[in-house]
Amino acid sequence: MSATASTRQLKFVQALNEALDLCMTKDPRVFIIGLGAPDPAAIFASTKGLVEKYGPTRVLDMPVAENAITGVALGAALRGMRPVMTHIRLEFAMLTIDQIVNQAAKWHYMFGGQASVPLVIRMVVGRGWGQGAQHSQSLQSWFAHVPGLKVVMPATPHDAKGLLISAIEDNNPVVFIEHRWLYGIHGPVPEGVYRVPLGQPNVLRQGRHVTVVATSYMTLEAVRAADELAQEGIELEIVDVRTLNPFDETLVLESVRKTGKLIVADTGWRSVGFAAEVVARVTERCFGDLKAPPVRLTLPDVPTPTTRALSNYYYPLVHDITAAARRLAGRPAKPAPEIKPEAFLDVPDPSFTGPF
Amino acid sequence: MKNRQTPPDVARRMLHGIMRVRLIEERIRKLYAEQEMRCPTHFSIGQEAVAVGVCAHLKREELITSAHRSHAHYLAKGGDLKGMLAELYGKATGCAAGKGGSMHLIDRSVGFLGAVPIVGSTIPIGVGAALSSVLQGNPLLTVIFFGDAATEAGVFHESLNIAALHKLPVVMVCENNLYSVLSPLSVRKPEDREIVQLAQGHGVFNGQADGNDADAVYALAGEAIERARAGQGPAFLEFKTYRWYEHCGPLEDQHLGYRPPGELEAWKARDPLKLYAGRLRQHGIVSDADIAVMEKTIDAEIDEAVAFAKASPFPTRDQLATHLYAP
Ligand SMILES: Cc1ncc(C[n+]2csc(CCOP(=O)(O)OP(=O)(O)O)c2C)c(N)n1
Repeated sequence: MSATASTRQLKFVQALNEALDLCMTKDPRVFIIGLGAPDPAAIFASTKGLVEKYGPTRVLDMPVAENAITGVALGAALRGMRPVMTHIRLEFAMLTIDQIVNQAAKWHYMFGGQASVPLVIRMVVGRGWGQGAQHSQSLQSWFAHVPGLKVVMPATPHDAKGLLISAIEDNNPVVFIEHRWLYGIHGPVPEGVYRVPLGQPNVLRQGRHVTVVATSYMTLEAVRAADELAQEGIELEIVDVRTLNPFDETLVLESVRKTGKLIVADTGWRSVGFAAEVVARVTERCFGDLKAPPVRLTLPDVPTPTTRALSNYYYPLVHDITAAARRLAGRPAKPAPEIKPEAFLDVPDPSFTGPF
Repeated sequence: MKNRQTPPDVARRMLHGIMRVRLIEERIRKLYAEQEMRCPTHFSIGQEAVAVGVCAHLKREELITSAHRSHAHYLAKGGDLKGMLAELYGKATGCAAGKGGSMHLIDRSVGFLGAVPIVGSTIPIGVGAALSSVLQGNPLLTVIFFGDAATEAGVFHESLNIAALHKLPVVMVCENNLYSVLSPLSVRKPEDREIVQLAQGHGVFNGQADGNDADAVYALAGEAIERARAGQGPAFLEFKTYRWYEHCGPLEDQHLGYRPPGELEAWKARDPLKLYAGRLRQHGIVSDADIAVMEKTIDAEIDEAVAFAKASPFPTRDQLATHLYAP
């Protein structure tokens, strides 16, 4: 992390863009490859300006051939290049599971350390405006299950930049998952190159009463919950996971030893998901410190419905965190807000008018 | 290609079909601005003649699949308009019970097997549908609609090979509208190789025609479909056409600058609807009065379907977990 605290505010997407720009400037081996990477929409503006600055040989558009592109990027990585592959939806990476899981994740190990794959694969998770079953999946747990892959999910503009720089500099395949609803949030981002190390969670907020371990967008929801609960004298300690594999649970264990209460909030599905992994590590390592059963806040185990009348009840809301925390803290429950089927909970803010 | 004239009754039906898709989609464009249809929506405006010209041949039980830009295919195959609009509004009465939205239309009662937005995914699924019919001893034609970009995916080649190998009753219809989102063909394939040549490499019946000319579509599709129905194997057809509005959504997108100057105007000058209406008028197949009646009937049909969709209830909360597993 940078030594100088910065007050410069950037959007999450601008932080990603700056990370790419800086890496391309300092290292000629870095190039971007993926559908639409140099197009005018520029992967929701995250690659904006880069083709103009670095030319079409360093920001490559591609045919709709994701599996091949991944293999091509892997091949380039083997010979020392540092490709950054982009997918505007995580689902499109599903077509490339052979190259990611069978190949990229294995080549270093399987060839006795003679090959390394410095490849970053960016995947955007969609949510809202009826993205539905095939444009909104949060499959980080799948990737995190695979030894040899690193899996990163930034939650703040600061970390988006610092983690992306670390990912590009890393000598291993890194799956870098970006939540679409984080793109517009602002936060302090230092100038110049700085790194947020892979494999280190961050205590985003300190508190005495309940530990909330969160990934990606759920970290933001946890902060909102913490703000609300602070007024009631309940302190949440928020641990932002940042890297799901390798996952270092040290900070989580320290926090649970202090609070004795654990909520894990993940953007993915419940069963066999990352939240279960966190609960498992905590119960294995500090079972005796737990004063109540841990709580998982995740998606229910069903695909994403398109209609907002159902998606309004699909995503965990701030209230789910505050309700769980009040219960764990032994405080009286508050009535849940009434959610109408026609309510517009399918946009991160009113400026968002679809279709993406 | 054999010389094939479109019979006048079919021509009238096709004009009605093209006009119907156009008017429905123009209405959706208007309504979309109300922000009550909240799902990614890909408009077919400018490309209607392909769907209509191909589907004009199809029997109700014959099958089709489509992708993200599926409204024209769904409608041309006879898909229920009320169900489609209700689906766009996310209502319980939608063709996918509100769970799918514009990118996931289905109407199995008319052989519309399903549409999904993962590029290329419905190509093997369509081949599988055709295979099943052969395995069941009752070969049934399956037409698979997709865009130019789908031919770049490995699964297209794998599927075409399987269809050719087993001589399946499959007709693949590629709507080449020159773009994949904002990326032109020039960054996706070698300039001196036409898409249709890929099919030539697979040794299947193939052809290329003007996708904005409903008669040209009808003629080429007819030949491929007759062969496939007769057990002579699959076909691949490429129709050149053009999308008028943004890749996804109801708006114009000239400001993005990815279309060369004049390109959109040139294609609009070859509007498949105007082109066909003009031709049929010229040949005395329809009159101005016929056209006015068609427009009026279609508008009334749309009014009714929109009212149905808007008045329909949303699915109730308990529907979230239904349909996870088949009973
Ligand atoms: C496998 C996959 N990769 C990327 C995308 C994103 N995407 C959605 S539509 C589209 C363009 C498809 O172009 P084409 O198939 O020619 O159809 P058109 O949109 O022109 O009708 C792309 C790349 C996707 N849906 N699926």
